[in-house]
Amino acid sequence: MSDLTRMTAAEIAALVAGGETSAVEVTRAHLDRIAAVDDRVHAFLHVDTDGALDAARAVDERRAAGEELGPLAGVPVAVKDVLATRGVPTTVGSKILEGWRPPYDATIVQRLREAGTVMLGKTNMDEFAMGSSTEYSAYGPTHNPWDLSRIPGGSGGGSAAALAAYEAPLAIGSDTGGSIRQPGAVTGTVGVKPTYGGTSRYGLVAFSSSLDTPGPCARTVLDAALLHQVIAGHDPRDSTSIPQPVPDVVAAAKLGATGDLTGVRLGIVSEFVGEGAEPGVMAAFREAVDALAKLGAEIVDVSCPTFVHALPAYYLIAPSECSSNLARFDGVRFGLRVGDDGNRSLEEVMSLTREAGFGPEVKRRIMIGTYALSSGYYDAYYGQAQKVRTLITRDFTAAFERVDALISPTTPSVAFPIGARTADPYQMYLADLFTIPTNLYGGPGISVPCGLSEGLPVGLQVMAPTMADDRMYRVAAALESAVGTFTPPAL
Amino acid sequence: MAAISREEVAHLARLSRLAVTEEELDTFAGQLDVILQAVAQVGEVAAADIPPTSHSVPLTNIFREDVVTPCLTPQEALSGAPDAEDQRFRVPRILSEDVAS
Repeated sequence: MSDLTRMTAAEIAALVAGGETSAVEVTRAHLDRIAAVDDRVHAFLHVDTDGALDAARAVDERRAAGEELGPLAGVPVAVKDVLATRGVPTTVGSKILEGWRPPYDATIVQRLREAGTVMLGKTNMDEFAMGSSTEYSAYGPTHNPWDLSRIPGGSGGGSAAALAAYEAPLAIGSDTGGSIRQPGAVTGTVGVKPTYGGTSRYGLVAFSSSLDTPGPCARTVLDAALLHQVIAGHDPRDSTSIPQPVPDVVAAAKLGATGDLTGVRLGIVSEFVGEGAEPGVMAAFREAVDALAKLGAEIVDVSCPTFVHALPAYYLIAPSECSSNLARFDGVRFGLRVGDDGNRSLEEVMSLTREAGFGPEVKRRIMIGTYALSSGYYDAYYGQAQKVRTLITRDFTAAFERVDALISPTTPSVAFPIGARTADPYQMYLADLFTIPTNLYGGPGISVPCGLSEGLPVGLQVMAPTMADDRMYRVAAALESAVGTFTPPAL
Repeated sequence: MAAISREEVAHLARLSRLAVTEEELDTFAGQLDVILQAVAQVGEVAAADIPPTSHSVPLTNIFREDVVTPCLTPQEALSGAPDAEDQRFRVPRILSEDVAS
């Protein structure tokens, strides 16, 4: 048997289904890999060895009993620590939830279990998913497998690094402003933000509820589609869940892999291919655009003038929602409590608990949000940002009357060195410049590896209309068929 | 001109129930000022007659079937609580002493 950790999820599932390997063998191979490299990568906050082996044994028993297995049965998956996992520690990268073991599963986790996937553990992230480098994790940074001195992106840097380091073939992330796509881009992996409402938020620790979107991460577009199909779909427990069938993303990925994009119109977002991106990123992007044209796609330039206002609008809307959502961390129902000496009041204990439990970026955003929602500032900040959100949505709608999908580089730069931006919070925000508009609009976006710059991966982003997730999978799979996948140096 | 003063940051910290240190106040005042000046750019967008968007999914009044489904036991619901008593979350005192007496 060749190295199971180098295989795609589709290959692993076929071997398990065919009895050529067992889910236990697959799981052990990945646990061994984690043991061998994760002290250097630090993709995982918690490895659930026993739970993973139990789940794998259950799959093998079901197969032995002649039961029909799902398309990803026996495939290991790493889950971002933002999703509640019954009995398994869930920290959201924060000290305020250290040691918390949720009494229930998030809907997505429940669907992963029902599909027979094997959860290896929980991956590192910027605290409460606020960040673009995973350096804001309270448990130390994750290192990019391409260059351990560089960031793996964020907030879902753990999930992306686990894929690039061959610690897991599949992972789950959550994307509020780019937290799946940006780590995907800088680690040479595939990251998908589904349509908002296409994947359930039940059991996802809330950061910005009108933007948070869980989604699949993988090393190939087809693997991402297979995982998408397992986790997506209406959930009565999430009132923002869209009661419509999931677009057939697997069929779209297979269609794209044939390498034919005849009749597909793609629009390059003019505002995102100027001086905002590094020359090396632009060179890789331009080559990828040429490849898409060779596959038959018609390429046009599309101006979306309001996209340049997306970043400031986002950094008002997301902190406003976070300041409200994070009020639940009050030292009463779960997690940390500090200073309860019998004399201090509830309010004092609450303030000491939050001061001790939250890191600096979370505090900054709570205070920015509190400011933006204050009477006297509300109209000028939060209210105005919501109007800009309308204008951005109109730009998307107008663009999709002309083209089937929009494309841009996923990020302005390749992975930057650890420590380069932590002293300047606004510089950190700029890493999400190209991914944020999609979140404000609510449509789907995918980052697919398109080339290298200075030996580091560059991602191309495809953005599609709401509930047309299949369209971006087709384009991404076609590009992948032309440029191939990218393998980091051996760890 | 600074968008926000150190005193305003201290006020925000109180509203946010964050017992920040004096040293943090110094750091945050500068950082929040940079961030607020940058995000204030949204004010330059002409949008007076534009309706706000709070949410991208056009769904309203979402109901589900009124059927009984399994839920957490009291023990499970209290399992993560810092302090519990008689199947309830136990909290520090909520009234000041002069009010309580």
